[in-house]
Amino acid sequence: MSLPEIDDSSSKTSADNVKAEVSSLPAAEAKSLTIKEMREVAKRLRRHIISMIGKAGSGHPGGSLSSVEIATSLYFKVLRHKPSDPQWPDRDRFILSKGHAAPLLYATLAECGYFPTDELLTLRQMDSHLQGHTDRTLTPGVEMTAGALGQGLSFAIGIALAARLNSQKHRVYVLMGDGECDEGQVWEAAMSAAHYKTDNLVAIVDNNGLQIDGWNCDVMNLDPFTEKWQAFGWNVIEVDGHDLTRLIDALNRAKLVKGQPTVIIAHTIKGKGVSFMENNADFHGKAPNAEEVEIALKELE
Amino acid sequence: MPQMISTREAYGKALLELGRENPDVVVLDADLSKSTMTHFFGSEFPDRFFDCGIAEQNMVGIAAGFAASGKIPFASTFAVFVPGRCFDQIRMSVALSRLNVKLVGTHSGISVGEDGTSHQSIEDLALIGSLPGLTVIVPADAVETTQAVRAAASTHGPFYIRLCRPRTPSVYDQDYRFTLGKAVTMSQGRDATIIAIGIMVPAAIEAAENLKREGIDCRVLNMSTLKPIDEDAIIKAATDTGAIVTAEDHLKHGGLGSQVAQVIAGHHPVPMEFVAIKDTYAQSGKGPELLQRYGLTAGDIEQAVKTVVKRKNG
Repeated sequence: MSLPEIDDSSSKTSADNVKAEVSSLPAAEAKSLTIKEMREVAKRLRRHIISMIGKAGSGHPGGSLSSVEIATSLYFKVLRHKPSDPQWPDRDRFILSKGHAAPLLYATLAECGYFPTDELLTLRQMDSHLQGHTDRTLTPGVEMTAGALGQGLSFAIGIALAARLNSQKHRVYVLMGDGECDEGQVWEAAMSAAHYKTDNLVAIVDNNGLQIDGWNCDVMNLDPFTEKWQAFGWNVIEVDGHDLTRLIDALNRAKLVKGQPTVIIAHTIKGKGVSFMENNADFHGKAPNAEEVEIALKELE
Repeated sequence: MPQMISTREAYGKALLELGRENPDVVVLDADLSKSTMTHFFGSEFPDRFFDCGIAEQNMVGIAAGFAASGKIPFASTFAVFVPGRCFDQIRMSVALSRLNVKLVGTHSGISVGEDGTSHQSIEDLALIGSLPGLTVIVPADAVETTQAVRAAASTHGPFYIRLCRPRTPSVYDQDYRFTLGKAVTMSQGRDATIIAIGIMVPAAIEAAENLKREGIDCRVLNMSTLKPIDEDAIIKAATDTGAIVTAEDHLKHGGLGSQVAQVIAGHHPVPMEFVAIKDTYAQSGKGPELLQRYGLTAGDIEQAVKTVVKRKNG
């Protein structure tokens, strides 16, 4: 699928309007960084991901690296959250449905201050709170236990509906993989989110084009992907998933959509930032060896 | 003649009461609300009732999300679909997540009758009973169902409540008090113990009465909390009576009988017989006809007791 230019109509919904819209909400303590600072964060996240998976000797680098800018734009600009109070009732929720991108979420949470960054290197080790796939009962800031694909959107709908029942203003963001959209439950959930008009829910698809056995179009064709979401009743925004400015703009535009959920299809590159991992399905679930870790970290300096 | 009422009807009415008392209770269904009886709740509390359509996996996921936000979701459909259709969703989004989700499967077992094998949930206890930390309740009648629903609502953690379609005789009167995790002694006896769940409890009581006339004195236990199972009551039954028969409208493998056998094998081995479905699927037919054909009547329990007592004395 091609990557369209960002819709210029977005200028009608300026960032100022969005600020005004959310200003009545209780204050969060999340860091808000400049784009330049966020690029540095993104680089640090990528270095963490490589180091963590390299040390663990197993894990999923490809889909963690492709989602780095998505996580960065959320946690360092858009989400209202309090690292010192992970259970803050009014926090925006981030649901990682593609649980194999756990290293990315852990690195992001640590950079936000949910727990010390030096704990990251305990990933996948016995008695670590950083499990191979996310576990909501163990890690501060992790909202969902994930790993079996296709379940996060349903979970997010429950949270979005509960917020509505409670008249709470927080929003729910769920990150899915494109390959994950092979799962039938995703489409059950997609149908129901539109039915329930959960406009406090935003799905983000890390559309890196690859799944374990190869390119999506060869394994199980998802196209016409955009049209599928539209047909299911969603507001669809497509962006370059590595462009922080456009991601933030898309996430802010989604806040203004009423009466229907929004999906942001973020076009990304699997393994982004490490030359020999980019667009390489082999690094979906394979750890880099010591030499590869060294090369990767050098590329990410 | 005892009152005849289905456990699913009792469930529907219990949910309605619960909804009136607790605004955090939400109810989900999968296009079967008139059969599961959740429509009582749905009619009075439309804002807290979510018909998810014929999409059980999504329903369980949404329920988990509600629980993660502090709600008390009851998600219901036929037992063949929950847990059958969505085991992985229950495993990861509910049990592994330790979320406060109440799953209720109605129309369980072969007593559902004419709908046939695709609708006869005879594996649900094996599936859901395997999940760590998930409480399983199989009420014996309408009175116990009402109280089990209230116990589930007021006890944090994932629950599965197994209900059935037909009207069944009440074994309790209104002053009965259900205690989570405790077997209920329906009658005392010294020759053998019949441990039963669900619709097999009235059958066990009937069998014990018939056996008494033949001089065989049976203890009858209602093991309505199947998990965590009341090990003390089982060990005591094995010690006191020296012979055990289990009775369930479920496969022999992975249900009540398997659990009881594990307990006595580990603590006090005694002869045991299993009144259950023997590694087969059933067929369409009237509920009572099926129970008879597949060996789930009071008469089958009586025969099993005679066999086990013979082994004990042999």
